[in-house]
Amino acid sequence: MKSLLSGNEAVARGAWEAGCTVATAYPGTPSTEIVENITQYPEIYCEWSINEKAALEIAAGACFAGARTLTAMKHVGLNVAADPFFTMGYSGVTGGFVIVSADDPGMWSSQNEQDNRHYGRHAKIPILEPSDSNETKLFTKLGFEISEKFDTPVLLRLSTRICHSTCLVELEKRKQHKIKGYIKDIKKRLVLPAHARLLHVVVEQRLQKLAQFSDTFTYNKIEWGKKNLGIITSGISYQYAREVFPEASFLKLSFTYPIPENLIKKFARRVKKIIVIEEGDPILETEIKALGIKVSGKDKIPLCGELTPMVIRDSFSKKTKKTTPVATIPARPPVLCPGCPHRGVFYVINKLKLVATGDIGCYTLGALPPLNAMDTCVCMGASVTNAQGLEKALGKDFSKKLVAVLGDSTFFHGGITGLVNAVYNKGNLNLVILDNYTTAMTGHQPHPGTGRLARGGQGKRIPPEEIAKGCGVEFIKIVNPDDLRKTEAAFKEALAFDGVAVLIFRRPCALLLKPKPHYVVDRELCKGCKLCMRIGCPALSLHYPEDREKPLAIIDQSLCFGCGLCAQVCTCDAIVSSEKRVQSKSDKDI
Amino acid sequence: MNTTNVVICGVGGQGIILASNVLCTVAFSEELDVKKSEVHGMAQRGGSVITHVRFGKKIYSPLIEEGASDFILAFEPLEALRYSPYLKKNGIMIVNDHEIPPMSVLVGAAQYPQDIDGKLNRRGKTHFVHATSIGLELGNVRTVNIILLGVLSKFLTFKKQSWKEAIKKSVKERFVALNIAAFDRGQFLKTRRIFSSLPE
Repeated sequence: MKSLLSGNEAVARGAWEAGCTVATAYPGTPSTEIVENITQYPEIYCEWSINEKAALEIAAGACFAGARTLTAMKHVGLNVAADPFFTMGYSGVTGGFVIVSADDPGMWSSQNEQDNRHYGRHAKIPILEPSDSNETKLFTKLGFEISEKFDTPVLLRLSTRICHSTCLVELEKRKQHKIKGYIKDIKKRLVLPAHARLLHVVVEQRLQKLAQFSDTFTYNKIEWGKKNLGIITSGISYQYAREVFPEASFLKLSFTYPIPENLIKKFARRVKKIIVIEEGDPILETEIKALGIKVSGKDKIPLCGELTPMVIRDSFSKKTKKTTPVATIPARPPVLCPGCPHRGVFYVINKLKLVATGDIGCYTLGALPPLNAMDTCVCMGASVTNAQGLEKALGKDFSKKLVAVLGDSTFFHGGITGLVNAVYNKGNLNLVILDNYTTAMTGHQPHPGTGRLARGGQGKRIPPEEIAKGCGVEFIKIVNPDDLRKTEAAFKEALAFDGVAVLIFRRPCALLLKPKPHYVVDRELCKGCKLCMRIGCPALSLHYPEDREKPLAIIDQSLCFGCGLCAQVCTCDAIVSSEKRVQSKSDKDI
Repeated sequence: MNTTNVVICGVGGQGIILASNVLCTVAFSEELDVKKSEVHGMAQRGGSVITHVRFGKKIYSPLIEEGASDFILAFEPLEALRYSPYLKKNGIMIVNDHEIPPMSVLVGAAQYPQDIDGKLNRRGKTHFVHATSIGLELGNVRTVNIILLGVLSKFLTFKKQSWKEAIKKSVKERFVALNIAAFDRGQFLKTRRIFSSLPE
């Protein structure tokens, strides 16, 4: 039976078919839907772990027990999990262990464009790279087999256009995998220097065996076309190159580390000219060149941004690119949604002219105009520690204008250590936790603050304020950010407090709530002062009717969430809830 | 059958991904090879969004090249203009006429393009639809995506039953009736000639 599956759905299905019983992840675009889809398979224990390091270590523990396990993360997630990742390369596995890295070329939803194929090489862990959903499912299954056969974790490397592209996939049945059970083996799993020195030798021997395997791997395959041009490619680039060079010969690499040296040499002997087409860094290209083979690649194909058939075509076209001129079109970067609970908090940060170290999540959008309320964004949790660093360098006075801002899920992921650090090291930290009761950016996954579990059941709820209390924070305040006056007062109070202060602004994400009646602008009362435009709500726009001297604010009722923030900012009482307006009108009628 | 390319674009949160899912499901149920590519995460938060849908005998790339799309289904006029270079010669654009100004326009740093109708029409045959008003009329503005698919369906050869089945598979049970009604409205629009193609 065939079904339409995205790459992420295909990983989930592949894990299920392969008899996987434990799967872990922290949500991160473009990898999120992997574990989200695994929740539909009751045979697999799955969880949202609090971060990628925890996720990988839990999966490693399960693999020690002999279970087939999978952990999935976005490319930068593997940075967080890098420590156990490297060690697992030495320890090897008992049950098959597939580590999924979903890279984000083009940075659709990421802070960098790192190419995680480097990680496989760095940690000496083999890499599989599928080129569509069908292969993704197949390679997930083969990943478990290769992992067990060679006693190594396998890195399944995906990218945005694999994860979020859909195609037809042949579905198969699940094959149960017998869990071997735990057998003590400290020489393998307890990496004391004495053990690790021996393990390193094993790792190098294993790499040689894997290199031989790569040469015979069915899906490292030559597809002969005309011999005047040979293309060596992998992953999504294969599909693009197929469109652009329909007649060329192809060496499609699927097991891409270690590379199949003999197969590459064989291919090179038979074709006249070789182009290596890969997204990101010239990794295959460099290794193929090291074999003494002359190839073209990154001398033509861009290093930055994602590849598309168009980019490849342009890279090798002799003609200069013919662009159809489109009149200047205003860009449309993402924005905080109408009704977003963070908007009021950022409005106040901007109003009080605070320096705000920021973090990763929807709320990073608070940095954009007109809110301009965020100064830094480094990585998950860095808002907290960056703020402490600023304070230590510039002194206590500076901390009176300084806040660290992060979301609830980010707080659990990487903020807690920074908080403990600030309390311990006598920081004057003002920590703002934007608690919208979900991991919003990645599509509303639960986290410890909600207590809900990946499959929907109720686990233990751990409210951020309890953690702050436990860390020794002496100033903790919980405020509903829909109330601007209280929000501003809370900021002032926290900034005046000496020591670590934690402000929790709590209201669920607008996308989880039913919109309230929309707001309307009273044409008579609106003075066109533009004050309401400072909150940066997509539902509010300014119009210049011919019959008016001053502009008029208008609320798009198809977008308005009914949060009423604009009404609180308006000093002319021109903005009212449509509900109230109807009432007051009917009052008059009576 | 040759490959058909459909670009679906608009503003994040308008239901673009659902529309592309329905279209893929229809093509799949009619036994075609199908590929689709979309983006999630930050790109979806009120930003400019494009989804590629391709169906035919054999599809390699999930992405459509510029100048190669048979249809552009645009949920917002400015976004139609932005992605109009994807349209191939003699391609067809179906555009929801409800304007959503981007933040740069709202804060006065940029201007919403004037005479979008004329600009689009110079690119290809353009059909404007009052999808947002119809959606509000139906009691749920989120039906815009299915209304637009209803309009698109008139240009494709898929069976009406395949569309209805696909909608049933793609939306929550309690929204099926509403969305089927929205789809019918989209199809009905053409017969009533409410939307107009501007002169060549």
